[in-house]
This record gives sequence, C-alpha cells and structure tokens, in this order.
Amino acid sequence: MSATALIRSAPQVAPQRHLLSAEAWAALPAALIDDPEMAFLGLWAGLGCVHAAFLHPEDGVPLIASCLGDSYASLALARPGAGLMERAARDLWGVDAVDAADRRPWLDHGRWPTTTPLAARPPPREGSAPQQMFRPVEGEGIHIIPVGPIHAGIIEPGHFRFHVQGEVVVRLEVRLGYVHKGTLGLMLGKSPRAAVPFAARVSGDTTVAHAIAFCRAAEAATETPPPPRAIVLRAVMAELERLANHLGDWGAICNDAAFAWPLARAGLLRERVLRACEAVFGHRLMMDRVLPGGVALDITAEGAATLRAMLAEISAEWPGLQRVYESHASLQDRVVGTGIIAANLAARFGAGGVVGRASGRGFDARRMPGYAPYDAVDFNVPVLPGGDVDARVRVRVAEVDAAIGLIHRLLDTLPAGPIYTPLPIRAGEGLAMVEGFRGDVLHWLRLDDGGLIEACYIRDPSWFHWPLLEAAIEGNIVADFPIINKSVNASYSGVDL
Amino acid sequence: MLWPRLARSLLSRPIAESVAPPPDGTVAALVARLEAAAGTRLGRSLSIRHVDAGSCNGCELEVHATSNLLHDLERFGLRFVASPRHADVLLVTGPTTRNMAEALAIAYAATPDPKWVVAAGDCAVDGGVFKGSPAVAGGTDAVVPVDLLIPGCPPSPMALIEGLLALLAANAPEPKKGPAGQAGGP
Repeated sequence: MSATALIRSAPQVAPQRHLLSAEAWAALPAALIDDPEMAFLGLWAGLGCVHAAFLHPEDGVPLIASCLGDSYASLALARPGAGLMERAARDLWGVDAVDAADRRPWLDHGRWPTTTPLAARPPPREGSAPQQMFRPVEGEGIHIIPVGPIHAGIIEPGHFRFHVQGEVVVRLEVRLGYVHKGTLGLMLGKSPRAAVPFAARVSGDTTVAHAIAFCRAAEAATETPPPPRAIVLRAVMAELERLANHLGDWGAICNDAAFAWPLARAGLLRERVLRACEAVFGHRLMMDRVLPGGVALDITAEGAATLRAMLAEISAEWPGLQRVYESHASLQDRVVGTGIIAANLAARFGAGGVVGRASGRGFDARRMPGYAPYDAVDFNVPVLPGGDVDARVRVRVAEVDAAIGLIHRLLDTLPAGPIYTPLPIRAGEGLAMVEGFRGDVLHWLRLDDGGLIEACYIRDPSWFHWPLLEAAIEGNIVADFPIINKSVNASYSGVDL
Repeated sequence: MLWPRLARSLLSRPIAESVAPPPDGTVAALVARLEAAAGTRLGRSLSIRHVDAGSCNGCELEVHATSNLLHDLERFGLRFVASPRHADVLLVTGPTTRNMAEALAIAYAATPDPKWVVAAGDCAVDGGVFKGSPAVAGGTDAVVPVDLLIPGCPPSPMALIEGLLALLAANAPEPKKGPAGQAGGP
C-alpha cells in the first residue's frame, strides 16, 4: 500500500488529518521508503499523540498522519529530516520514537525547571543535567574545534563542533536549542489574535511569512477567508520581506569572502527597503502587521508610490552589483564549487527554499500547495542544479528580480474593499504553508469550542537546512565555513522555538 | 564594473546621516548612575560585544543595520568586537533563556572591568512577550546587572545608536552639551 493510501485508509479526524492505529503507523516507514515522491513536511507531538505531515505531488495538498500513545515508530530512517524533530518531540512532549537510532536530547539542555514542558503534567527535573554528547570521530591527527554558543559576529547562538584533519572538516555537528523560549507553550490557551505575536517572533527575519502561515491556519480552522485586499497586502509584505533578506544575504555572503564593498552597497539597498516598509506599513520588519482575519493597516496611493520608487531605485543599482559579482575572479573562486549540497540529499531531506532550489529541488509553497494571491499572478521560481554557494547566491539573485516584479504586479491588481474580517469563536483545525524567504513555513493549530488554541505546531524551513549544512561543510576547509553557513542562512530561533 | 563605482564613492560626499542628540533627561540620568557606579573613565570609544541571549533574531537585523552606510556606527567611536575580552560593553538582545543563562554569565565574567551592559529590545528589558515562559529566565537583568535599557521590538538602528551615544556622552570625561555626533566623533 502506498503511504498516501495507508494514511487515507485510517479514519479521518480533521479535514486533512487521519488517525492511524499503532500498527498502521508502524507500517508507515516502509511505505515511505517505497514512495520517495511523498515529501515529509514535519513531525510533532501533542498530549499522548504524534503527528506527521506529508505532501504528495499528485495530491498537491498536505496530509497529516496521527497516532495515539506515548511512543511511536521512528520515521527518521525513511525521512532523515524527521530525526531532529523526533528528538525535539521527546524533549517537549515526552512522546518517544522508541526505535530511533539517535535518541539524544535536542532542545532540552537540562536547564528547564521541568522535563517535557508540554506534557500534561511536566515532571520536575531530577538529578544533574545531561551532558552534551557528540558523535565520536576517529583517525590520525583529528582535531576538535568547539565554537559557540556565542559566536564572534552579530548572530544567533548555537554550538558548532568541528572535527578537522589539518584544515579539512571531517565532520561538523551542530547543537542548537540555546534560544528555546517555550513559544508553543505560550501560544496554548490563547485566541489566535492573542497568539499571533508569538508567530511573528518565531524568527524575526521571517516575521511576515510566519504570521501569514499562522493566520491562514487559524482562518482555515474557522473557515473564514480574509478579504481579498488583505490577501494581496499580505503577499506584498511577504515579497518585501523576501527582497530585504535576499539583498542582505547577498551582501553578507560576498563579505564572508572578504569582499566588503558588495555588503556596503547591498546593505544600503536593504535599508531602502526597510525604510519604505516603515513609511508604508509603520514597521521596518512589518512585525505585527498581519492579523488573523486580515492585516492591521491599509496602504494609500502614496504608500504604493513609495514602494514603487524604492523598487525602481533597487532595479537601477542591482544589475551593476551583479556585474561586480560576476567579474571578480577572487570572489568567484570562493563561491564556485564550495559547500556543495548534493541534489539527492536535498531531496531526501525535503529542503525547501533557496537551499532546495539551488540543489535541483524546485519546491515552492506558492506553487504547491499554492495559495492566494499567487494562483493569480505569474512569477518565476528559479531552480539550479549546482548545490554550491554560487548556486544559492544565484537563486537569491533571481528571486530578488522575481520579488520586484511580483510587488509591482500585486500593487497593480490590489483589489478595493475591507482589510479585516473578525474570526468567529469556534472549534476547528487548520494547516497552512507559506513560502518565506528561506523556504516553506508550516503552521498547524487546533482551536477548542471557545476558539482558543488547544494544540499548535510551527515548522520553520531551517529544520531541514541545518542537517544539510553539516553535510555541505564536509571536505571543505574551516575557513570556508562562514561563507557556506551564510549561503544556507538557517534560522536558530526558528527551530529552537 | 567596480572601479568606476569606487571612484564615484571617493569623489562624493559621505551619505551617513546625522543623528539627533540623546535627550538631556536620558543623559542626566545616566551621568548620575554611572558616576555613582564607577569613577572609571572609558574614554571616547567603546568596544561592543553583542550577545544574543535568546532573541527571535529581529534585534540582530537592526544591530547589523547600525553598521550600514546610512548609520555608520563606527564614526562615533563605537565598534563591534569578536570577543568579550576586547569589550567595554555587552549589548544583550533577546529574553535570557534558561539555555543561554550560563553562556551570558560566562561572557559577562570574561569582560574586563570597567564594563557596561546594555539590554537592547523589549525582550532584553524584561522578557517581552516571552515573560513568564518556563524556558525563559527573564530579561537580561535576571542574569547580569544592566546599565542601560533600549526598548523597542526591535529597537530601530537609530534608537540603538542614540542609546549607545547616551552611554558614551554620559561617560565622557567632561560631559558636553551639543550634538552627540561631535561628542563621539573621531
């Protein structure tokens, strides 16, 4: 039986969710191995249950498999991207993938007052904190370089454990969880309106995309679509966010090759975007501008003109910056062939966004599952096969061009009408995917009869990017780590939650 | 091509924008506090070590933006350094998570005296929206003593620069009236 058929044969408990028996779930790993097309979207737990979301390209819509119990069969062999999520689910809910090869703690560093904080009754912590355990590396002249959690630059905290032989990295192991803020727990028991600030602060650089995904999940749960004008305004903000971040990343990648001038120019362009956002939407990062049921504020004709003027300024300078990137051999030498993420690895991990598209995986949530208003506008989704730093740079460059075009077209077609519809207070369950600048963001939530969040999950695309960063650095020299890391640019806060 | 662009930059005026002086009240309050805390003078430049103690990374974006061409933090004698050993100021962002509390305390201990801690952003001020989470210890002051608060979610680059200039002005050998840009200028 195919994985889709296996899930669909179980009783349906929500529009996109089926409740599998333990036996049916146990058959899932083998079915997934037989069906490599079935994309894995995320795995999380609840009170005595586990959920996993998938998307089969033939279906085009996400499908959730659930199973009751405090333990379940691991999916990590069939879908390696599930590995970290299973470890996180055990730390947060105490729901355990009993047969997983890697059962080390992930988010729990032994410093919370209780263990399994999202369990029904979290037990107080007993005994000493578990020590960090890294996979051993054996060989002649192996040297360990521990880095972090506090890094040398202005960047989020995480620990990188390099095993090197000479200058060559034999293995990198990333340990995260340092910025775990208990976000999911804080959202429980709140209305979507009260919880959206947390969605907007899962990863500050993706505040718009996360907020849209959360709001669309809440709107799906209450079957209340937002007004058309709000849908287009959300997309304008999401594309501005993509534009600002890609400009910043492009400059920062060049800077990590010790070429500071592109960072200076791209930083200036990024600043122009942020100032236009502040002028038009009242906040440089457009935080808290997306609300369940619509958006917080409308734009005026002058606002649209401000955005268009800013886009024109970027369009005027951007091609010249590309010629500089193309024409400097010292820069090309650093980015071409560096930090290759093989296409089969990107596919196996289900990598989305820039990382996936630079390694031949063309997935884009705006196309599939697809959502308004992207179904009504034409836009380019660049896909390159190379998988190196250069490919990730080029995908970003093409996406900057695409975002500029999209914002112009969205402003052209901005429908008139209201920008907000209050959500009814009712029970329901919803899932939504939004293409953020890093890749597909997934939010799922269930509301109780009082319209309060009973269960929720947030999956940043970085979950699949961190393991690929570990793979990308292998065989490269230590000095190339910053540029490879920046070219992937995974979020720490996004996965630490 | 790069060279014509570089030549244009060389022949044109700097585009860095002027910054409003910090409010007198802020400076006066800081002067009193800093004089009470320590008689030591740091001079007219400050080395800043940024520590993210649990932020959503929104504050980091704006801390980065203080270094772009329009803000150009370094013209005021303020610069970011790679180690707490080189720092006068710890610029802390984010709520302090339980998983980062020890690292922050170690970074503080590794910073030589005299040192100042700036808690930047609503989360660093008091935990912000994450206040009360069992995974969060609190604001920056839950772990290390704080000398200056810069609120905002995130604080804008200008708010960050104004806050840091207030620290510089309050700590100058002879606090001057007048534009803060001159007080800290090279």
